[in-house]
Amino acid sequence: MSSLITMRLWGMMRKESLQILRDPSSIAIAFVMPVVLLFLFGYGVSLDAKHIPIGIVIEQPDTATQSLAGAFERSEFFRPLHFDAIQSAQQALDERKIEGIVWLRNNFSASLLAGHEAPIGVIINGVDSNQANITQGYIQGTWLAWLEHYAASRGQPLAMPVNLQQRVWFNAALSSQLFLVPGLIAIIMTLIGSLLTAMVVAREWERGTMEALMVTPLRKSELLVGKLAPYFVLGMGGMLFSVALAVWQFGVPLRGSFWLLLVSSALFMLVALAIGLLISIVSKNQFMAGQLAIIVTFLPAFILSGFLFDINSMPGWTQVITYLVPARYFVAIVQTLFLAGDVWPVLLTNMAALFIMLLFFFSLVWRKFRKRLD
Amino acid sequence: MNAAALTFSVVSKTFRSEGRQVQALAQVSFAIQPGRVTGLIGPDGAGKTTLMRLVAGLLLPDTGAISVLGLDTRARPLAVQSCIGYMPQRFGLYEDLSVQENLDLYADLQGVALTQRPARYAQLMRMTGLDPFTRRLAGRLSGGMKQKLGLACALLRAPQLLVLDEPTVGVDPVSRRELWQIVYRQVQETGMSVLLSTAYLDEAERCDEVILLHQGKLLGQGEPAQFSRSVAGRTFQVSAKGMSHRRLQAQLSRAPGVLDALSEGETVRLVMTAPVAPTAEALLPGQAGVDIVPVAPRFEDAFVARLKKHRSEGETRLSIALKNNTGDRDVVIRVDKLQRRFGDFIAVNNVSFSVRRGEIFGLLGANGAGKSTTFRMLCGLLPASGGELAVAGHDLRRAAATARGRIGYMAQKFSLYTNLSVIQNLRFFSSAYGLRGKQQKARLDWALTTFELGPLRNANAGDLALGYKQRLSFAATLMHEPEILFLDEPTSGVDPLARREFWARTNALAEAGVTVLVTTHFMEEANYCDRLVIMAEGEVLAEGTPLQMKTRARSAKNPDPTMEDAFIQLIEQRQGKTADVAA
Repeated sequence: MSSLITMRLWGMMRKESLQILRDPSSIAIAFVMPVVLLFLFGYGVSLDAKHIPIGIVIEQPDTATQSLAGAFERSEFFRPLHFDAIQSAQQALDERKIEGIVWLRNNFSASLLAGHEAPIGVIINGVDSNQANITQGYIQGTWLAWLEHYAASRGQPLAMPVNLQQRVWFNAALSSQLFLVPGLIAIIMTLIGSLLTAMVVAREWERGTMEALMVTPLRKSELLVGKLAPYFVLGMGGMLFSVALAVWQFGVPLRGSFWLLLVSSALFMLVALAIGLLISIVSKNQFMAGQLAIIVTFLPAFILSGFLFDINSMPGWTQVITYLVPARYFVAIVQTLFLAGDVWPVLLTNMAALFIMLLFFFSLVWRKFRKRLD
Repeated sequence: MNAAALTFSVVSKTFRSEGRQVQALAQVSFAIQPGRVTGLIGPDGAGKTTLMRLVAGLLLPDTGAISVLGLDTRARPLAVQSCIGYMPQRFGLYEDLSVQENLDLYADLQGVALTQRPARYAQLMRMTGLDPFTRRLAGRLSGGMKQKLGLACALLRAPQLLVLDEPTVGVDPVSRRELWQIVYRQVQETGMSVLLSTAYLDEAERCDEVILLHQGKLLGQGEPAQFSRSVAGRTFQVSAKGMSHRRLQAQLSRAPGVLDALSEGETVRLVMTAPVAPTAEALLPGQAGVDIVPVAPRFEDAFVARLKKHRSEGETRLSIALKNNTGDRDVVIRVDKLQRRFGDFIAVNNVSFSVRRGEIFGLLGANGAGKSTTFRMLCGLLPASGGELAVAGHDLRRAAATARGRIGYMAQKFSLYTNLSVIQNLRFFSSAYGLRGKQQKARLDWALTTFELGPLRNANAGDLALGYKQRLSFAATLMHEPEILFLDEPTSGVDPLARREFWARTNALAEAGVTVLVTTHFMEEANYCDRLVIMAEGEVLAEGTPLQMKTRARSAKNPDPTMEDAFIQLIEQRQGKTADVAA
């Protein structure tokens, strides 16, 4: 009776696909959501500091102060505003018009020329501590570079005991776009795999159709496969679409193998689907399922996966929790595949972790999902 | 004798909900014979749905065994599911799939061979009258059509046992009658057995056999006539000239020896505690022109007689003192050519009627007839697209809060706060209408006593049985002593006894001068109304007293038509065709 099995399974998959096609929200989550998220994170969110507005207070303009101010003007990191007195600059800082102040007092040039220490006052808005650190660093860098240049122009070599020679690997331009976009693929797949799946299964419970399905001779395996297969396809479609956008729209290089990306994505997709199914078993109404899916899958994928925030700088116990987040492993995989290439040790350990999670969640689904109501 | 189609041997089933054990079925044993239609009858919460799900293998019994066509549901659920057809409540249809796609899905799932399909589809579509709609989305079908599609899906593979869980709830009478015709035709043609549950007691008489279930226990099994015979000689019809039918019903229900008094338009149907003909003097002392006629017992009489024995509480009385009962009979609700459109869809079209003070006015119709939409417009919850309406001289959509304070609205599905206790709900609703201090305290006491909610005052509203939810909801609606009551499907899903109590209270309110506007899809409840309109597809088909409605349907073939007969006749006239689906 193998033909019957395919008939039941086929019927189930066709029904599910028709429902996906009829329901604009499924298509939206698979194809519109990636566009929105990619554009939002690709263009809207930037972790790089550029064009930081700062105030420059020069109490006594002369060539030295002009040349230092010019260094800030030329830097792509700053957008300097000039003030005559420190009071007006402080007020601008209060009003958040500027993020920091560089203050050159009236004895600056005199001290410099006399070979004394020439103090530069720097005030930084520390509300956003991360931004403050970056601003501080850039101000220091700009000032050092100017000093070197200034000394050289006067024929006095600047004696520096250490010489820094740095290279940035994988993301040479230090563009946060290149770092964020690959990780987004994990977020998008979580949305399709867990959120969408949990909601559509819960919908069947809510509308009483699950009850009708369960009384047919449909087997448990057919029900599960028939339900998941179309969403697997949808999720992989969303994934390919996101990869295409990443490569062609955002210019993220895919340095590793495409096939490896495909295989690991499939692995992650299955984990996400299994979690989605589990959620719908626990909560049989759409609202609850949606809330649960967001709290259990989407938010951890967002915050704890290393997609946005560096896991190593989290507190120890938070780091432990991240090991329970499947997206953590997948984010590591996609970031490696896109930016670094086929780095086997990284890929293998993370794929193994995903595989273990897959086995765990599917055996849980198999145990918990019954063709019964109690 | 053939092997039984279904046997329950000492089956018990308990559910745990929030720490409490709920016994859904207690030691139920019965067998049903093949080729018969067996009705599962019982009030809400009796365990009907649990029993149906046990048959389908969706639940397993805690103790005991269930055998379907000789197969044990615990050992071989898939085999059982391969030979039964099952239609859950709400029909189990995919509303975003078309009629044809729903059929294809269930044919695939049930393993109907591809070669057999065209003939089977054609047969079922002809039988259900869905032929012209195969491409329509199931969600766009009317309630009656959905019900028939659900049935068609359950019948695809010609099951040996068909299990239908409340297949006719909320569906119009014409569709209900058609469903019965289809079911009986299948039984005759294929010899299949049918188990169906219903909340409509008149449908019990259409079954070959009835199983009576109450609070999880089996009260009896037998042919409907057998049940009816148990109250033989105890049923009478009483009329009294010059007495309002409401007072007549109220007095009779308190008369000695009366077990049940049911309004039937101008007359009252009595079930006595013993088979002795009552005298006019005993029933209505001092009343002239009393006429007592013995009538043939019905299943409903027997049902009520049986259940009342199992229910300790007696009839309840409602004391209502209306603040400004002037006793005049002027028009308080006026609706003129009311219309409501939702896009292209006209939900209510050209509806006109007027209601006088102290009247019970009914809006009768199937789900989707436009009753609730009309209601919402009257209560000012929804703007009208056209026409005029006035409630106590105001359009409530624009009227001040004081005008709204004169009406009480009880929404369908009982809008209570499920996680608040009975007393907290009542306190909230009374404060919402501005009751404070002593006055509020007095009303709270009144509500708890009148609706017998005292013992449950600290129970969560969500944990109450449906009948009690309805009581609480009704009490909440009455806290501010409204003059005009809007009751939207107050009896939906509530068992026959709770419905009787509800109507006794409503009658008392009307006697006290409260105007009541009520919607219902139970045709026989029209008998409680002074006047009513029958609605279908957003339009009024007829207006009049219950008696006028029934008189219109009277014919040589049917000398004593029921309200349902009257309704069906109106629908048929409207459709301009005979309702016989076989034609």
